[in-house]
Amino acid sequence: MHNPQLNKEGELTHLLSIEGLPQRILTQILDTAESFMEVSARDVKKVPLLRGKSVFNLFFENSTRTRTTFEIAAKRLSADVINLDINKSSASKGETLLDTIDNLCAMHANLFVVRHASSGAPFLIAEHLQRIGLDDVHVVNAGDGRHAHPTQGLLDMYTIRHYKKDFTQLRVAIVGDILHSRVARSDIHALTILGVPEVRAIGPETLLPKHLDKLGVHVFHDMEEGLKDCDVVIMLRLQNERMNGALLPSAGEYFRHYGLTPQKLAAASDDAIVMHPGPMNRGVEIHSAVADGPQAVILPQVTFGIAVRMAVMSIVAGN
Amino acid sequence: MSPLPNPLPDAEAQCRQLADLIRPCLHHRPALVGIFSGGAWIAERLKELLDLPEEIGMIDVSFYRDDFAEKGLRPQVKPTAIPFDVEGRHLILVDDVLYTGRTTRAAINELFDYGRPASIELAVLADRGERELPVAPTYCVWDLALGDSDKLVLARQDDGQLAWRLENA
Amino acid sequence: MNIVIENGRVIDPKNAVDRNASLYIANGKVAGLGETPAGFVAEQMIDATGCVVCPGLIDLGARLNSIEAELAAAVAGGVTSLVVPPDADPPLDEPELADRLVHRAKEIARARVLPLGALTLGLKGERLAELAGLKKAGCVAFSQASVPMVDSEALLRAMEYAATFGFAVWLQPQDYWLSRNGIAHEGEVASRLGLAGIPVAAESIAIATIVQFVRDTGCRVHLTRLSSADGVALVKAARADGLPVTFDIGVHHLLLTDKDIGYFNPHARFVPPLRTDRDRQALSAAAVAGLAAICSDHTPVGADEKLLPFGEAKAGATGLEVLLPLTLRWAEAAGVTLSAALARITAAPAEVLGLQRGQLAPGATADVCVFDPAAVWQLTPDSLTSRGKNSPWTGYLLNGKVRKTLVGGRVVYSG
Repeated sequence: MHNPQLNKEGELTHLLSIEGLPQRILTQILDTAESFMEVSARDVKKVPLLRGKSVFNLFFENSTRTRTTFEIAAKRLSADVINLDINKSSASKGETLLDTIDNLCAMHANLFVVRHASSGAPFLIAEHLQRIGLDDVHVVNAGDGRHAHPTQGLLDMYTIRHYKKDFTQLRVAIVGDILHSRVARSDIHALTILGVPEVRAIGPETLLPKHLDKLGVHVFHDMEEGLKDCDVVIMLRLQNERMNGALLPSAGEYFRHYGLTPQKLAAASDDAIVMHPGPMNRGVEIHSAVADGPQAVILPQVTFGIAVRMAVMSIVAGN
Repeated sequence: MSPLPNPLPDAEAQCRQLADLIRPCLHHRPALVGIFSGGAWIAERLKELLDLPEEIGMIDVSFYRDDFAEKGLRPQVKPTAIPFDVEGRHLILVDDVLYTGRTTRAAINELFDYGRPASIELAVLADRGERELPVAPTYCVWDLALGDSDKLVLARQDDGQLAWRLENA
Repeated sequence: MNIVIENGRVIDPKNAVDRNASLYIANGKVAGLGETPAGFVAEQMIDATGCVVCPGLIDLGARLNSIEAELAAAVAGGVTSLVVPPDADPPLDEPELADRLVHRAKEIARARVLPLGALTLGLKGERLAELAGLKKAGCVAFSQASVPMVDSEALLRAMEYAATFGFAVWLQPQDYWLSRNGIAHEGEVASRLGLAGIPVAAESIAIATIVQFVRDTGCRVHLTRLSSADGVALVKAARADGLPVTFDIGVHHLLLTDKDIGYFNPHARFVPPLRTDRDRQALSAAAVAGLAAICSDHTPVGADEKLLPFGEAKAGATGLEVLLPLTLRWAEAAGVTLSAALARITAAPAEVLGLQRGQLAPGATADVCVFDPAAVWQLTPDSLTSRGKNSPWTGYLLNGKVRKTLVGGRVVYSG
């Protein structure tokens, strides 16, 4: 099945999911992001690549953080940025997703950054654009349901490459609610494509998807065992709703077993880095001593995120 | 314009010739900025040959090109690195081949985003003419004419020596 | 009108007929096969050269959003009788609604409509509907459509009550709690795509509960649209115990699996969900062995409700006009004879309904389908009569085109 993210020449024209992308495209994005890190270090943090282009942030799910980083990234590319707060707009009056897209295309949108609560929504949009012949309108997935968050996956890979250089020698552990996490899924795909030999998932049975092993992941329920000799620890946020259902009894019990404390971190390599997509729940999935400690690279992740998003938007907008 | 010599000229010798042209004009302490990749290699040579103490700057003009809409982003983008303050400096922009002049314009635009230079001079090994913008080299050692489908490429060999190569699309 | 259908290959699976012969129709019934009946003078001749002449198809599940268009679609697909689930708007829980539906269908005079009455008021699963009254108004059995009954005690009492009158109850086996948040089969595909899953257990524990209640009440139950290997095994065991349980399989579930979701194709969203190939093979084997009837589960859905992100799209596909070609497609892959394949959509559904239809013996009602098994056509919105253009087969080439459909000896479709 033809990957809808790639055009006829096999170049990236939308970023919908990391799954199915060839390694060379991931590497291209990471390499390009390095150049944008340099741009972000200048006084004039702008390049004219997307001058005159309109980037529409379509966030059907609230997220000030992610939306802000996309806005900053687009503005540093000199694009015009329009933020659409869908809760208040026509969509909540019953306008379908595709009608909304058609209306915005009529306003000459060039790139949509879309966050949606339903897995697969960005694919629907990309397919629709192709069907109506709009080859020069691009879609970047900012998170769809629990399916994918590809720019987060990419900035996580950028972070790992920055600190650890060689993917092919690493042990990486992802800890927490992987079942509901689009970040985890994107990370797993990216790690596998980039050749990480050992990817581990750590969490209680209720928070891990079935069939993780089919994605090449080793499952652990004991955190210290899972963290043993790991070079990278990616902590996932535990959402409050999970503690209201039948998935988990309480934040306290979760923290005791799956929270990252200095003691549990000691099971990993001495120079292991600790990552978190944010925002953090201190005392639930991560102890403050670790979050503020020398091994955490959580704030650099945010900086890398802007450069990675600039790279993604530049690459798709040019194809 | 002279016809293309066969074999192609010795690029290393041409770097020495270029350095000879620049040497009398160093009184305003210019900084060298090489355009990736060929210009950066030449700038490195010039730094040694002119015995300049300062680190050279290297720029990638990918984000300033005017053909983004047609060609998209080039796959090999390298980070620009300007290790000195551009504000008020005299700069010598270094490239391997001057052609339409668009790369030079992009480089100038990029440098102006770092600050306001006092002046910019252009040093190239080869000028193949057919300008599409009003750009002229300050220092140049080789004028030539090429067919539309020909491409003159500066390569760095395994032993580190620079050499010309002619490619036909 | 006296009609003779000549030069066709007559296939009547129930009576083990499969030969080239002429079919004679008089007074709305089959008058004879092969030799001209005494005193028969043909007033109309239908040339069925190259075609199969079989009993009109009986579809155990078809929704009629706009009744005229869908009954026209039925006969265009060779379907002469169809069972309508009670989940229209409003649900069919009052005798008057059943009356109106039956009456309207008779007026339109194309396919026969066999309504299922709602088992509970509003399909809410709490209070019983007036089953006897609904039966009198024409309902053939009682059902919750695909709405699971949460209250197991209410289900037990409803089945007891139905058993009192000998009414059959049709149930979609799906546990409410395990399926309420799910949109796809809980498996590798759903894990990868981040789709909330419905485990097989949702079907198997529902079947186990229903089977237990059949044991306790003696109520006759027909399970609709099975989806899993485990489910098939449970029903087989129940039947081996002599329990009055039957089941059907939606034709899409015989051919598609969760892999067909691809890149979140909303046309692959079904209730119950498409499951794995292992499940599909078990369903196919059950159909091959003659353990289940095949139906279309026809569900017309407009583009507004279908072209949405997978989890928001309404489930279901158009079915009446693809039941025949898809059954033929399944039969070819499963190595089943044409006669056996046709049995699954004629004689087998008739048996579930306890009807004498679905056959072409002399004296039987002349509901007939004449189709060309070799004709190839492409499924496009324009090629469908139904208002429901929603299909995972759009653009595909299908084998099997209906040329004529007769209901009660009257030609109701000419293609």
